[in-house]
Amino acid sequence: MKIHEYQGKELLRGLGVPVPLGGVAFTPGEVKLVAADLIKRTGNSVVVVKSQIHAGGRGKGRFVEQPEVGGVKVVKSAEDAAQIAEKMLGNTLVTIQTGPEGKKVQRVLVEQGMNIARELYLAITLDRATGRNTVMASTEGGMDIEEVAAHTPEKILKESIDPAVGLQAFQARKLAYALGLVDPVAPRFVKFLLALAAAYDRLDCALLEINPLVVTGDDQVLALDSKISFDDNATFRHRELEELRDPNEEDPSELEAKNWDLSYVKLDGNIGCMVNGAGLAMATMDIIQYVGAKPANFLDVGGGATAERVTAAFKIITRDPNVRGILVNIFGGIMKCDTIATGVIAAVKEVGLQVPLVVRLEGTNVEIGKKMLDESGLAITTASSLRDAATKIVEMVKP
Amino acid sequence: MSVLVDKNTRLIVQGITGKVGLFHAEQSLAYGTQVVGGVTPGKGGETVLGGRVPVFHTVRDAVEKTGANASVIFVPPPFAADAIMEAADAGVPLIVCITEGIPVADMVKARRFLQDKPGSRLLGPNCPGVITPKQCRIGIMPGYIHTPGRVGVVSRSGTLTYEAVHQLTTLGLGQSTAIGIGGDPVNGTNFVDCLKMFQDDPETEGIIMIGEIGGSAEEDGAAFIRQHVTKPVVGFIAGVTAPPGKRMGHAGAIISGGKGTADAKLAALREAGVTIADTPSDLGSTMARVLKAKTSA
Repeated sequence: MKIHEYQGKELLRGLGVPVPLGGVAFTPGEVKLVAADLIKRTGNSVVVVKSQIHAGGRGKGRFVEQPEVGGVKVVKSAEDAAQIAEKMLGNTLVTIQTGPEGKKVQRVLVEQGMNIARELYLAITLDRATGRNTVMASTEGGMDIEEVAAHTPEKILKESIDPAVGLQAFQARKLAYALGLVDPVAPRFVKFLLALAAAYDRLDCALLEINPLVVTGDDQVLALDSKISFDDNATFRHRELEELRDPNEEDPSELEAKNWDLSYVKLDGNIGCMVNGAGLAMATMDIIQYVGAKPANFLDVGGGATAERVTAAFKIITRDPNVRGILVNIFGGIMKCDTIATGVIAAVKEVGLQVPLVVRLEGTNVEIGKKMLDESGLAITTASSLRDAATKIVEMVKP
Repeated sequence: MSVLVDKNTRLIVQGITGKVGLFHAEQSLAYGTQVVGGVTPGKGGETVLGGRVPVFHTVRDAVEKTGANASVIFVPPPFAADAIMEAADAGVPLIVCITEGIPVADMVKARRFLQDKPGSRLLGPNCPGVITPKQCRIGIMPGYIHTPGRVGVVSRSGTLTYEAVHQLTTLGLGQSTAIGIGGDPVNGTNFVDCLKMFQDDPETEGIIMIGEIGGSAEEDGAAFIRQHVTKPVVGFIAGVTAPPGKRMGHAGAIISGGKGTADAKLAALREAGVTIADTPSDLGSTMARVLKAKTSA
């Protein structure tokens, strides 16, 4: 799960990680009020208006409706802040991460302007190779860290966190001095990083990235931008984060799939697929491409493919207007193929079938299951292997 | 011969009084596995499955009373890492965790705990388990598709393992042991461990290795194959068409920061001399081909 920058900053502030003063606004009027208040509190007329979408590259992004406006803008009065917000709110921002269709901006973060002396990079994430969380720091703040990793990997410093004791102050000091920080900034960096590591644990993060981390002209250390993603497996102990979810940022089909405990990811091809097991579901997508078409989605119905869940899955797949054919691939295993066939038939009868459907079943009672599908009177084609099924459906959707 | 488990394996089931735990305990028992006990805190002293399997409060009790040397965990995600550590603390040599959805932070701690327990090996979590055909079934695999034979199977995916196993059975090659290492980002046994076991097992003649996007376990496996594996290996990597940054069902199946792509894994495996099956439907026939080529060479 991802959240907006302003939500992340509020969480971090609450956990003792320094962030700039600021507030969220949904209308130009609100922007003006927030900006005026900031100017009054800081005595600095510079404020920054930042589009809030779940994608990076906002500063360099451009609005479809206002090509001269970027996703982040520095202005010098509350009036200017309101004026620029007028051009952002309700418009579509295209960044390197949104894809060409862009994302509609519905809220902006209004923040105090900063006198930036240095920009650094700081992040905590899981290192899968060691099974431990790792701090990554770099002098190349504000840059795309993947670029830095690819071209100058020696500029990324790492400290592995021992889960038995957590991040230690000496590790933070090592990083501070390696980044070339001196007093009084170095101890502030140490305090910042220790608070950040505590926040990572407290919130069950999968990634906590501060880019850039800034050192201001008066030697303060602050998170100028933050990106947080949470471990989806830990949501049961963070019900409080659930209300930070922005449904506008999520695919409605992916949300509905979640409610049915189905794992669904929308893709841009035209063959919908329904499979049991994540690995087999990916392999089914791959084989569709292998035989010359493109998958419309990833969908794992999981172990218990009941009639209700199969029906829900069918509804989600067929809602995608790009879908020209459907491939169902179930390896029965413990579950009997006749039970699955019953589910598929019930689902097709309820949802209706506007496109060709190929079903491949394997496992216990496979012959009974196939016979049921063949004799159902529905336009269902059965297949004997995954390769056979993929070939058949691709053939059937050819224009 | 086989690896990890055989007819002498004595299994306990953590979470045996839950619906799934009980179902699979019964399936394993019917398969011929020695299911010697179960653990559910608060239900010690009871029995399940018609009095055949005693239940204990703790893993330590169960191990002491039954001489168990393996445990399978069907405990809900919030308590599963604790169950893993309890089994390791009781000295269980093989701990198989089936549970899907354990918080990463819990697994990071559990793995750290296991570092101090070198006598315990964890398989999983989020895995289908391990099976040595006609001898021992631990987990949720459908027993009947397996048959004793010559090929070792190791996979991050459950149903893709079944695909491979089913084809090997149909072609008459069979399996020495089939191992699911699971789809989570932090797990116990990895590809390298399994490749080493299969290489050292005299009855395994060929190895099928099934990976997927995310992490670098396949690349590590490829490096090991290049150095140490003389038996033919057939590989498959799922997720060539998976978009970056999206979790594809398994918590570990995600391409992040440009790392963990299927293409990079396929390249590493090819470079290590692994024969790649074009599709999962070709896993069995590809293995048959390379085994035949080896015998006639």
